[in-house]
Amino acid sequence: MVKAFRIGPALAALLVTSGAFAASSVELEPAGNDPDNINSLQRGARNFMNYCAGCHSAKYVRFNTLGRDLNLSEDQLIENLMFNAEKTFETIQATMPLDQAARWFGQPPPDLSLMARARGTDYVFNFLKGFYIDPDSPTGVDNRVLEGTSMPHVLWELQGYQTAEFSTDENGTRHFEQFEQLTPGSMSAEEFDEFARDTVNFLEYISEPIRSERRVLGVWVLMFLVFFWILASMLKKQIWKDVT
Amino acid sequence: MTDDVDRNRRHFLTVATAVTGGAGLVAVAIPFLASLKPSARAQALGAPVEVPIGSLEPGEMIRVMWRGRLVYVLRRDEEMLSRLPSSNDLLRDPDSEVVEQQPEFAVNEYRSLKPEYLVVEGSCTHLGCAPLAEFEVGPADDWFGGFFCPCHGSRFDLAGRVYKGVPAPTNLRVPPYRYIREDVIMIGAEAGSA
Amino acid sequence: MARIESEVGTRGSAFMKWVDDRFPFTETMKYHITEYYASKNFNWWYIFGVLAMVVLVIQLLTGIFLTMNYKPAAVDAFASVEYIMRDVEWGWLIRYMHSTGASFFFIVVYLHMFRAMLYGSYQKPRELIWLIGMLIFFVLMAEGFAGYLLPWGQMSYWGAQVIISLFGAIPFVGEALVEWIRGDYAISDITLNRFFAFHVILLPLILIALVFLHIVALHHVGSNNPDGVDIKKNKGPDGVPLDGVAFHPYHTTKDLVGIIVFLMIFSSVVFFAPDMGGYFLEHANFEPANTMATPEHIAPVWYYTPYYAILRAVPDKFWGFVLFGLSVVLPVFLPWLDRSRVKSIRYRGWMYKSALGIFIVSFVMLGWLGVQPAEGVYVMLARIFSILYFAFFIFMPYYTTIDKTKPVPDRVVYHG
Repeated sequence: MVKAFRIGPALAALLVTSGAFAASSVELEPAGNDPDNINSLQRGARNFMNYCAGCHSAKYVRFNTLGRDLNLSEDQLIENLMFNAEKTFETIQATMPLDQAARWFGQPPPDLSLMARARGTDYVFNFLKGFYIDPDSPTGVDNRVLEGTSMPHVLWELQGYQTAEFSTDENGTRHFEQFEQLTPGSMSAEEFDEFARDTVNFLEYISEPIRSERRVLGVWVLMFLVFFWILASMLKKQIWKDVT
Repeated sequence: MTDDVDRNRRHFLTVATAVTGGAGLVAVAIPFLASLKPSARAQALGAPVEVPIGSLEPGEMIRVMWRGRLVYVLRRDEEMLSRLPSSNDLLRDPDSEVVEQQPEFAVNEYRSLKPEYLVVEGSCTHLGCAPLAEFEVGPADDWFGGFFCPCHGSRFDLAGRVYKGVPAPTNLRVPPYRYIREDVIMIGAEAGSA
Repeated sequence: MARIESEVGTRGSAFMKWVDDRFPFTETMKYHITEYYASKNFNWWYIFGVLAMVVLVIQLLTGIFLTMNYKPAAVDAFASVEYIMRDVEWGWLIRYMHSTGASFFFIVVYLHMFRAMLYGSYQKPRELIWLIGMLIFFVLMAEGFAGYLLPWGQMSYWGAQVIISLFGAIPFVGEALVEWIRGDYAISDITLNRFFAFHVILLPLILIALVFLHIVALHHVGSNNPDGVDIKKNKGPDGVPLDGVAFHPYHTTKDLVGIIVFLMIFSSVVFFAPDMGGYFLEHANFEPANTMATPEHIAPVWYYTPYYAILRAVPDKFWGFVLFGLSVVLPVFLPWLDRSRVKSIRYRGWMYKSALGIFIVSFVMLGWLGVQPAEGVYVMLARIFSILYFAFFIFMPYYTTIDKTKPVPDRVVYHG
C-alpha cells in the first residue's frame, strides 16, 4: 500500500548523490571540512578576517550572528574579528573600498558570503591551495582551478611559492600533473591544508548560517509527523472498518 | 459490545488526531507570525543612537531620530525649570504615575535623568502627530510653556506632561537613554543609569 | 431549494437554516464532501490530486509571506532573498518551503497526470477535467518560470535569457515578441518587475480559478477508479453507489495519512537537503546575476528538462521550438487519441502497456538528458527518446484500436 511512497526517498537519495557542481572540469581534492566543528569555524573566522576581509566582503554576514553560532562573546568578537567594524550588528565589509579594489585588480573582489554554496567547498579549498608561479601573469601567479584569476597569492607567506607541472595530450589540451614546492612558507604542507580547511569551513558556514539549526529542528518535525501518522493511520483503519 | 468499543475508540482517535493536527497547525503558524517581527536588519537600524549635546544652548531643542521615531532633546534653562511646578494643578498625571510612559529613572518632577535635559518622544500620545515647541509663557493665563499638538490641540508642559481636558490621554513618552559621557546621550540604551 | 430547508430543519440549528436560506452552505458541503461518493478501491495513485492541493496552499501561504520582504528590483532582488534567508526571523524556513514546494508541485502534478494515463481518467466523460488540468499544468509552468527569475541569480538570469529567446524562433514576429515579453532590449529590471507581477498576482489568480473549475468538473461527473468502472451504474436502494464511499469521513481520513507521509518527505528535503544536490536550488544561482558572463553549464530547473532536451535534440532553431511546443501541448489531445474501449491499464492489452512503459522511460531519460551537456552520445540519445516520446502520441489511435483488451468487471475490485 505504502509502496508508492518508497519511491520518494529513493529518488531523493539518488538526486542528492548525483548532484554536482557543474562549474569546473578540473579534478578536485575533497576539502573534508566539518561545519559542525566549532573550533575549526573559530579558526576559520580568524583566518578569514586576517587574510580575506582586507579585500573581500561578506556583506550578508553580521558579527553578532557569528558570535551566537561560534560561541564567541562580544568582547572576543571585538578583539579578534571586528577590525573595521564598531558594532556587533554590522556586516562584514572589506577594508579596501570597492572602487579602489576594482582599479587594482581589474575587477572588484567578489563578495564571499555565498561563495562556498555557489562553487562548492572542494572548489574553494583547491583554489586556496592552487596558486603557482606564472611569470606571464601580472600578479606573478596563476591558479590551477581558476585560470587567469586576478587574485594575487595572498597566502604566500604561509604556503610559500610552488610551481605547477603540466602535461599535454595528443589533442594539445593541458593537464595538470603536480605542484613542486619552490620556496617554503611558514607552514608545513599539512599545516597549510588545515589552514585552508578551516577557512573553507568558515566559508561554508557563512554561506548558510542556519544549516545546523534547521537540521536539529528537522528531527523534531519528523518525530511529530511520525506520531501524527500513527494516529491518523489508526483512525483511518477504524473508519474504514465500515467499508466492506 | 464490540460496537461500543469501536465507537469509543473511534471517538478517541478522532479527537486525538484533530488535536494533534491542530497543534501542528499552531506550530506552523508560529514561524510565519514571528517572521513579521523586526528583522536583524531592523534591529541593527534600530540600535541605540548617540546624541552629542555639548553644543546645545540653554533653551534650545534638537530633534533626532531613533528607530524611525522622532525624539526631542531639550536643554531647559533655570527659568524654564522653575516654571514646571506652576502647571501642576492643570495636569492629568503630574507625578508620572502611568508607568509605561517613562523608564523608572524618569519618574521625578523633571521627568529626566538630569534636570537640565529633557528627552521625550516627539509623538503626541493622542494619535501620533509631532507636537510643536511653544516654550514661551502665555498668552493664555494657563500656559506656562511646553508642547502643543497642532492636530487636535493637545497640550503638554515643559516636562512633556499632558494637560487636563485635551484629547491626549497620557504624558509624552520618555525613551530609555543614558549618558555615555558628560556631553553624549545614548538613546535606546537600556540601563538608565548615568 | 424547498427540500433543503426541511432537511436543515432536522439538523436543529436555527442559525444554519438562516444561512442556508441565503447561501447553499449545507447543500454544498453535502454535494462536495459528505455525500460525494468516490470509489472505495482507490489506491495510493489517487493521493496526488489532494497533494497538489496541499502544495498549492503551501505555495500561496509561503509566497504571501515572501513578498513581504522580497524586492522586485534588479539592484535589490538578490540581496533581499539573502535578507530573507538571514535577517528575517524564520525567513529561511519560509523560503525553503517555497523553493522546495516549487519542485514538489511538479513532482506531484507529473504523478497525478501519470495516474490519469494509467487508469484512463481523461477518457469520456472526463475530457474537460483533463483539459482544465492541462491548462493548470501550462499555467504552472509559466508560474515556475516567472518565479525562477525572481532570486536574480546567475541561473535565474541566463535561464530566462535562453527561454525567452526561444520565442525569437517564431518567424516574422519572433524578435518583436521577445522584446515585448522582456519590455526591454535585454532582460532587465523591467522584466523582473513584470515577472514579479505575473508570479504573485496574475498567474496565481488564474491557477486558483482553474483548480476550482477542475474540481467542479470532477465532482460533476465523479471520480474515476483503478478499474475504470462507472460506479454510478450500480446504486443501492438509497441511491448511493454500491462501490462508492463518502468523501468524508472515508477519503478524508485516508487522504490525511497520505498527506502526512507527503509532509514527511517534504520536510526531509526542507530541513536536510533544501538544495537537493543542486536540483531544487541550483548552485550557480547563489551568485548574483552577472550580465557579462554566462555560467559554464546552463540547464533549466529539472522539471522543464524533458522538454528542453527535445528542444536541443533538434538541429534547427525554428523546428526545435515547434517540437518543443508540441511536446508540451500534445497530452492535451489524449482523450481523442486514445480509442481504447477500456479505461484502466488493468484491462488493456500488451500494446498500450508497452507504449506507456516506453513513454515513461523516454520522459525520464529526456529529463536526465536535459541536464547533461548537449554533446556526443547525449545528443543521439535525446533524438531517440524524442522520437519515442512523439511516437507514443502519434500512433496512439492505431495501437489503442487494435490492442486486445480484457473484459471489464461490473463492480470494482476491492479486497476489504
